[in-house]
Amino acid sequence: MLDNPGERPPASSKRFWGSQTMLQVSNLTKIYEGGVKALDRVSFEVPDGQLLAIIGLSGSGKSTLLRCINRLVEPTQGKILWNGEDITAATPDEMRRIRRRFGMVFQHFNLVHRSPVLTNVLAGRLGYVNPAWSLLNRFPREDVEKAMRQLERVGIADKAHERADELSGGQQQRVGIARALMQDPEMILADEPVASLDPVLAHSIMKHLEEINKQDGVTVLCSLHFLDLVHRYADRVIALNEGQLVFEGLPEEIDDQKFKDIYGRDAERVG
Amino acid sequence: MKKRTSVWKSLRAGLGTGLVLLVVAYGFQITKVNLTELRSEQRQGSLRRVIRALSRPDILAYEKEERSATAPLYVPCPGEGGLDVLPPPDTSGPYLVVSPACAAPGESVQVEGFNFYPNAGGPLRFVPGRDPTNPVALGNDIVATDGEGYFIATTVLPDRPSDGVQYVRATVRRNIGLPQLTETAHNTWDKIIETVFMALLATALGTVLAIPLSFLAARNLMVSVRSPLASISLTILGWPMGIVLGFLAVRWVGTVSAPLASSVPANIAAIALSPLGCWLALRWALPQEELVPAALPIRIARPLVLIVAVLAGLFGLSQLAALAMNIGLSLQQVLGSFAFLGNFLFQLGEILRITTPVLGALAAGGAVSSLLGRFGQRGAERMSTRGVKLFNLILAAAAGATIFGLLGLLIEALYEVGRPEYTLWWPLAIGAAAGLLLAVFTKAKDTLPNGLVIYSVTRTFLNALRSVEALVMAIVFVIAVGIGPFAGVMALGLHTIVSLGKLYSEQVESILPGPMEAVEATGATRLQTIIYAVVPQIIPPYISYTMYRWDINVRMSTIIGFVGGGGIGFLLQQNINLLNYRAAAAQMLAIAVVVAAMDYVSSYMRQKVV
Repeated sequence: MLDNPGERPPASSKRFWGSQTMLQVSNLTKIYEGGVKALDRVSFEVPDGQLLAIIGLSGSGKSTLLRCINRLVEPTQGKILWNGEDITAATPDEMRRIRRRFGMVFQHFNLVHRSPVLTNVLAGRLGYVNPAWSLLNRFPREDVEKAMRQLERVGIADKAHERADELSGGQQQRVGIARALMQDPEMILADEPVASLDPVLAHSIMKHLEEINKQDGVTVLCSLHFLDLVHRYADRVIALNEGQLVFEGLPEEIDDQKFKDIYGRDAERVG
Repeated sequence: MKKRTSVWKSLRAGLGTGLVLLVVAYGFQITKVNLTELRSEQRQGSLRRVIRALSRPDILAYEKEERSATAPLYVPCPGEGGLDVLPPPDTSGPYLVVSPACAAPGESVQVEGFNFYPNAGGPLRFVPGRDPTNPVALGNDIVATDGEGYFIATTVLPDRPSDGVQYVRATVRRNIGLPQLTETAHNTWDKIIETVFMALLATALGTVLAIPLSFLAARNLMVSVRSPLASISLTILGWPMGIVLGFLAVRWVGTVSAPLASSVPANIAAIALSPLGCWLALRWALPQEELVPAALPIRIARPLVLIVAVLAGLFGLSQLAALAMNIGLSLQQVLGSFAFLGNFLFQLGEILRITTPVLGALAAGGAVSSLLGRFGQRGAERMSTRGVKLFNLILAAAAGATIFGLLGLLIEALYEVGRPEYTLWWPLAIGAAAGLLLAVFTKAKDTLPNGLVIYSVTRTFLNALRSVEALVMAIVFVIAVGIGPFAGVMALGLHTIVSLGKLYSEQVESILPGPMEAVEATGATRLQTIIYAVVPQIIPPYISYTMYRWDINVRMSTIIGFVGGGGIGFLLQQNINLLNYRAAAAQMLAIAVVVAAMDYVSSYMRQKVV
């Protein structure tokens, strides 16, 4: 709907809109215990309000990269700056305050199966509410109303009181998105959000992410498998291969040669 | 090549079989397998008797009435004229005719009985003239009467020769009315109820305490808990400080509330007001959601208000305990056959009164230590490296001294060494030195895996206690609280805590990591992550393990009475020792019924709940 990035509305009154750099990743390296090098000196920048796709083979480090950004995985080396704040140096308390502004969406949805949908969505608010009250499962009324609004937005308000595992895959992922939206996120990290869904559902989930990106001005980092999704939704692409950044640019720039660089010599394009 | 491996393989298999045979043979030797013993006549007889007794549990019995008659005879025959002395039988009631009226020991006589109960039976005994209280069974001991109350039996006289008159006595009994529950059945019923409730109470107690332990013993939750040395040291120092403070606070509240405790209206007013005050204070001091941090005076006022709220809560609890005890006492006198409800209320009050100081002290310990721990964490983050190093040195030394000092006090209490230089000064010095060493060799701002330490300590504790059978624990508790079901409950409860703690923790370790990751990614604290991502996942296995444990506890509580722990085991052991196998059989039957019923109930509940 808003094709021209210049026309994007300001995301919040505090920030300038436009090309201000929101996230700066420099020389990020992650070596797991046992010596597996998942990320190798990865550096890139994400301007405010962009939908950035991360592509690469399975095991190329996409998930690790996303998890390093909110430090679910502790980086071995390198720096991540977010609005000038050094995430890698944040103390645990600071880290929790940073995390609550990063919504995260997962390939396997990661809902708590036995809890009702509403509780799953409210869990997105845990970084804001007072821990003592949340332990008793008491949320402020505004938060409950907000959760219902988010569920309406993703179109499953009628499922609010069902158990999460009674929902279909696509519905579960919408709950995941609603949970991320509860955090009032400035950035959403989506780790293969559509890899476990069929193509029709994949498009509907991607449309939700696109809408959040374009309407609310939320920056989205999204790892994807299928190039047609990348072409259709991404503003910009970075590609990883064995932990190294092998491509950075516009989706249109991925030609056959680039494709082979990213996916390997024997790969063939499927979509 | 292929052939050689197959030879090697069969050689190995042969060796393995030989080894197994050797082990089994040695096992026979060790366990004294002896089948010839089975064939011994005497053993078979006893076995038959016991099994027969066991197969007739002493539950129902008829009331009986009996008729008996005695007939004189001589063993052996006396000289001439002796027989004339014997009077003729009185034929108005039951009577016996023995023919011949005298015989040598080992000879047969015929005994006829008349006018007994028709179609009944009873023992036939030889009553020695010199020792009438000690009759001897004759033949197979039982005679059976026909439709007219007549029987005839041929029997061999025992080797009890005497000059005087001796007797033969027949006693025939018949049942009256319907079968009645025996005394044994009543006792068994009382004790089996006691047993079931022992198991119930032990399971409830154990489950409540096992849940928090299980989180501490779950590797996946604890492995990522790391803190700077300053924070760890302050946490360690905070526990004893907090416990002492909490204990003092509870005692102070107790003395304040004591004057009010005796009057019920004041009681009720205090109970109504204190939760209200507590709630309002909590609402004010813990805002539900705060996007902008509050001003400094408010931030300072909040902990103070929280302390007041906690004191108000403790006050309310001690009033509640007093009220429960008061009402319980008066109910006990009023309710008659429902007096147990009054007693229950009284005991609840008592429990509350005893546990409040303990809980208060523990809560204060936790609060103070976590507050100091946060303080240490902040300090380690904000201060310069050299400042942190200095702090680490001081605090780690103090913490090490505290731990070793407390251990020393424990040793003093257990072994009564009586020399403070060994149990106090040396441990303090060693602890301080250990702390200092740790602080010297740790980089100032590094974090240490304190979660892993807690995990290992909890695991060790669980494993060590779990290896002590509940039966052995019961022996200790019998000494602590006296013989009876309460000792059994404590022993079973403790064993339940440690074994459920381990089972639960394994369930925590096997949960899906995804939801935890997702909740953590929202900026939730560790405790929030546990409540929202871990707890919902472990509810089904926890319920099913609790049921399983209930089952075990029912079975255990049936034998915990063997060592004085109350329940049906006491009766069972007593009856076995008295060779009263029919009564023992009644108790075994009761146990079987209860265990089977528990199994059905728990499987039904599992189906419904899980």
